[in-house]
Amino acid sequence: MLQEPDSGGTVTAKLNTRSLSASRIPGDKDVWFLIIAEMMMFGVFFVTYMVYRAKEVELFNASQLALNRNLALLNTLFLVTSSWAVAQAVTAARQDRLIAVRGYLLTAISLAVAFMAAKCLEYSIEFERGITATTNMFFMFYFCLTLIHMLHVIVGTVILSVVWMNARRGAYRPGRTEGLETAASYWHMVDLLWIFLFPLLYLLR
Amino acid sequence: MVSFLRSRIHCTWLLLVLATGATFGLRAEGAVGLGAAAATLGIAYAKGRLVILNFMELRHAPLWLRLILEVWLLAVSATILTIYGVSRHP
Repeated sequence: MLQEPDSGGTVTAKLNTRSLSASRIPGDKDVWFLIIAEMMMFGVFFVTYMVYRAKEVELFNASQLALNRNLALLNTLFLVTSSWAVAQAVTAARQDRLIAVRGYLLTAISLAVAFMAAKCLEYSIEFERGITATTNMFFMFYFCLTLIHMLHVIVGTVILSVVWMNARRGAYRPGRTEGLETAASYWHMVDLLWIFLFPLLYLLR
Repeated sequence: MVSFLRSRIHCTWLLLVLATGATFGLRAEGAVGLGAAAATLGIAYAKGRLVILNFMELRHAPLWLRLILEVWLLAVSATILTIYGVSRHP
């Protein structure tokens, strides 16, 4: 019922109130199972990393010093802010502010591209210093975890771009935001995973 | 500024930025050991909770979905800290 298109302002207001107050899954339920599966997988990765770290604490601590923490901090701010922009886009769609939806989505996409650019810069600095995934166990984890996460950033950016194109056609209106909410949920998961990768790889010692 | 902070989404973003700065500051100050690790992971847990409740909107989601993500957050944070705690640090 919440997905039915509407025309009257009163009906829209009622739908908005109901969609925000009632217990409901934001976006597509099936995609939430994918999100949960992805989070479980990363959870296993995090624990595996810690177990290997426990065996070679000195090596992991020494190797961590070679990473660029400033770029990682910048990337954290990029992702957090892009998540904010996507959340704002969902709110704007519910309020029928179509231009704002497009603007916020474009902001989120730009920040995602900035994240990828900064990560590539970080990799290039490491390669220049002769650091690769075969250098030692720490860097094997570092490159694997960040590359798998980067793949999710790429997929998320493609999804956001599709949603942005839909938004340009005015696809997301009050009561018809499921597609946008689904994309938003996936993107917030990408942010959530980085929230743990950042301290795990760059800070914890 | 006051109207900016009236929005839950804006407040969440601000708290996430401040929390990120706090963990980075801890590391920059050379804080190491179990206390620093607990603080770092505690902040990561709090940040994660802000994201799932306010950005992912699980505050309004069915309990089963909210519980899965809340348990994931707690389990991941606690397991990482436990393994850190039992690791032999030089």
